[in-house]
Amino acid sequence: MKVAVCRLDDIPRLGARRFRGDDGKTIAIFRTGGDEVFALRDQCPHKGGPLSQGIVFGESVSCPLHGWCISLKSGEAAAPDVGSVERFEVEVSDGVVRLDCRSADGHGHPVEGSCRPVEGNCRPVEERGPIDAAPACAGATSPCTSIPPK
Amino acid sequence: MDMSEPRKLRLAVVGNGMAGVRAIEELLKLAPDLYEITVFGAEPHPNYNRILLSPVLAGEQTLQDIVLNPVEWYAQNGIRLHLGKKVAKIDRVAREVVAEDGTTEPYDRLLLATGSNPFILPVPGTNLEGVLTYRDIHDTERMIEAAAKYRHAVVIGGGLLGLEAANGLKLRGMEVTVVHLMPWLMERQLDRTAANLLQQSLEEKGLSFKLEATTQEIVARDDMPVAPGAAEGTAVAPGAAAAAMARGPSPRVGGVRLKSGEILPADLVVMAVGIRPNTDLAQAAGLHCNRGIVVNDTMQTFDPRIYAVGECVNHRGMAYGLVAPLFEMAKVCANHLAHFGIGRYAGSLTSTKLKVTGVDLFSAGDFSGGPGTEDIVLADPGAGVYKKIVIKDDKLVGAVMYGDTVDGAWYFRLLREGKSVADIRDKLMFGESNLGDAGHQGQNKAAAMPMEAEVCGCNGVCKGTIVKAIKDKGLFTLEDVRKQTKASSSCGSCTGLVEQILMSTAGGDYSTAPKKKALCGCTEHTHQEVRDTIREHELLSIPAVYEFLEWRTPNGCATCRPAINYYLLSTWPHRAKDDPQSRFINERSHANIQKDGTYSVVPRMWGGETTASELRRIADVVDKYQIPTVKVTGGQRIDLLGVKKEDLPGVWADLGMPSGHAYAKALRTVKTCVGSEWCRFGTQDSTRMGQELEHALWRMYAPHKVKLAVSGCPRNCAESGIKDVGVIGVDSGWEIYVAGNGGIKTEVAQFFCKVKTHAEVLEYAGAFLQLYREEGFYLERTVHFITRVGLDYAKKRVLDDAEGRRALWQRLQFALDGEPDPWHEPSRAGVDLRQFQPVGASA
Repeated sequence: MKVAVCRLDDIPRLGARRFRGDDGKTIAIFRTGGDEVFALRDQCPHKGGPLSQGIVFGESVSCPLHGWCISLKSGEAAAPDVGSVERFEVEVSDGVVRLDCRSADGHGHPVEGSCRPVEGNCRPVEERGPIDAAPACAGATSPCTSIPPK
Repeated sequence: MDMSEPRKLRLAVVGNGMAGVRAIEELLKLAPDLYEITVFGAEPHPNYNRILLSPVLAGEQTLQDIVLNPVEWYAQNGIRLHLGKKVAKIDRVAREVVAEDGTTEPYDRLLLATGSNPFILPVPGTNLEGVLTYRDIHDTERMIEAAAKYRHAVVIGGGLLGLEAANGLKLRGMEVTVVHLMPWLMERQLDRTAANLLQQSLEEKGLSFKLEATTQEIVARDDMPVAPGAAEGTAVAPGAAAAAMARGPSPRVGGVRLKSGEILPADLVVMAVGIRPNTDLAQAAGLHCNRGIVVNDTMQTFDPRIYAVGECVNHRGMAYGLVAPLFEMAKVCANHLAHFGIGRYAGSLTSTKLKVTGVDLFSAGDFSGGPGTEDIVLADPGAGVYKKIVIKDDKLVGAVMYGDTVDGAWYFRLLREGKSVADIRDKLMFGESNLGDAGHQGQNKAAAMPMEAEVCGCNGVCKGTIVKAIKDKGLFTLEDVRKQTKASSSCGSCTGLVEQILMSTAGGDYSTAPKKKALCGCTEHTHQEVRDTIREHELLSIPAVYEFLEWRTPNGCATCRPAINYYLLSTWPHRAKDDPQSRFINERSHANIQKDGTYSVVPRMWGGETTASELRRIADVVDKYQIPTVKVTGGQRIDLLGVKKEDLPGVWADLGMPSGHAYAKALRTVKTCVGSEWCRFGTQDSTRMGQELEHALWRMYAPHKVKLAVSGCPRNCAESGIKDVGVIGVDSGWEIYVAGNGGIKTEVAQFFCKVKTHAEVLEYAGAFLQLYREEGFYLERTVHFITRVGLDYAKKRVLDDAEGRRALWQRLQFALDGEPDPWHEPSRAGVDLRQFQPVGASA
């Protein structure tokens, strides 16, 4: 169910991009300093701040609104804050980032109105065109790692 | 054991007290899996808060309240705990420790935290039943028992511990006399005047004192001449206690005989005459000891495998008995045990607060005076208030306060930071609230605040929450409180208040933060050290800084990255490359993020002046992009609120106006009045002056936002008095004011200089701002910068040194030369345009 959403190079290192599902909700895709990629609902558990706009460091992102730190891996807020954000599976192969728009937290905590596993929910990147034209993973020097299984 | 797995290192800890366990906690934070940890504790209790034994004795808290690490904590962290086992021997050759019951544990690293023993006076009778020291839970329990059964208590020692014991026993109903060798109480912490006030107030609580009194002998009850209570002044044959000893095991104490011959009746004698580092074990193992186990700055003993922390050590000739230094040691020790190897303990300054309810007493630093020192004293004996502060070389070096200790935390902070107090000297005595720094309408009497009163307005934290967190979680430092409660973690204006709550809840000796404040948790280094290193070693990138300064994290955190990015750019303009990913979102997207994730856009209007064509374009943009709110700002600009991120590039292009930098730690606005062009009172053309300043300074990034104002006459309609640089036109020229602030801490700008021409205003204001850009710490406003370095310093650099001023002004112009407008030259400004569109969206 994974669809290609962008190239790894489209996401700045220690940065993030937004992906908008057909439900209008946004998923943030993060790239760490070591080129690992993670995906979270773009909504801080505190006051709903767009995590995609925060500062990425290590395997965390700091929310742009009030500075909560969210683990990219677990989606959990760092103590003493308490809260968690929905995770999504994402992987990189051949320099292309593929996202599964179904919540990876399945039974855990269904988020109201979240991206549901409906066919065609996530717009395949091919509709956009240019991705295939671009060179796959830019050379051997750029490592393309995939997200470890949850 | 599975031999295929590498064996973990083994760490044995001797001593289950506050220092040892704190070191373990710090170690677990840094390297949770490095060691297999074993702890020996001679007492049958898990780690508890020894400092709070006094409130327990006084009946204000229970033993349960003061446990810091319950037994489960040890289990949860995989620590093997040997309670009630006293270690008898260290075998350094076999690398193992052996307890009295034969329990043996091998070690790769050993941590000694054996604490101290109470000093026992070498007088006859100390082994009588009812003669106690005051050190642990066992002592406290026995004192509580005795208080229930007996009437007369004598406390030998009028120091901190002795007085707390005396107060506790009095509250439990005993008649208490304190015997003290010196002419006044707490002579190591107080001067005579403060001690006299203290004594008075304790006498009012019903305690009695015998000063300059030497204890000669503790007398058994059977050897008292007549029934206790009628015995005062009656002589007893010397050596009677020794005779009593001969008659049977542990007869009960009956009195204390002073050298003067006087006998004080006593059913309970508490000896609190000082502590001695407990070095028996270390000494027997052949470790170098000299009134403490001698350690170096990394807390290592003479055997490099063996570390020592706490009251048992001698560091640079000092032994510490207060908790804050022990925690600093624990932190350093853990750092080295974790193989980080970057911490160094360089000694501590200490402060004291007596934990006797109703007695306010604070002392810190050196208050005894001496050559080169000056005292400022405020004494109001009628009101029971006494304050003395000692200044040396314009710095605060000591403080003693009695009766009004509200500002203790503040004085201690000044003392630790070693800041010059020359500028505030005339107000120093009246406390922080008199500096216009009250933050909360001067309501800084933490102890008197009701529990539901709000302390931190930013995070909505009330006093009760903070007090509860301190008590429940055993918090000790401001940092801990910030982490747990968020109080004082945002704007910081309530820091003083939180420190006071920490003090009044947990006792004064807790509040010490490390003397040097690290930039963030990723490093030990301070802002100053990082700035200096970047300059001295010509570092040009964030990774280079991290590598050179041995950062603990691979790519820093949201605190240090923006700071270092700024330091690089301000130190090496046109050479260091900006890293957008190390900027907060506002500076990355060149707009202000709002609570709903939309942005606000503020175009630049030079000096607050606009035109019909600009206003038409603004109106068209509002219509085209359906911008919900349009608002006039305090800096004379127009704010368009609720712009979608995708629309930002279009909005900028359609506006066709320069970026207002309302989103940046940079020059925001130059506010002006209409001035002599229109105003009948105007003496100078303030609008043009403001526009010239704004044209010269826009795109100027700084440690924090920078706001200017220019008024055309002393009526000051542009509010120049609360700006980073405020200019006021007078008939003969321009007055320049600096370091004002209208925000969190409203601060009136201080007069800097008076100049004649527009060019001079530009040069002086520019030079001042460049000084701030080069030497300010990230997120430090000009007012904080000037408070830190002193206005005199800025005057010396900008006013007295004409060549230096021109150089500063030139460096600023060089830095700003050719800086692009991010709205209209995004690629030159390094704006990542991809950020404005979501991925996967159809173009």
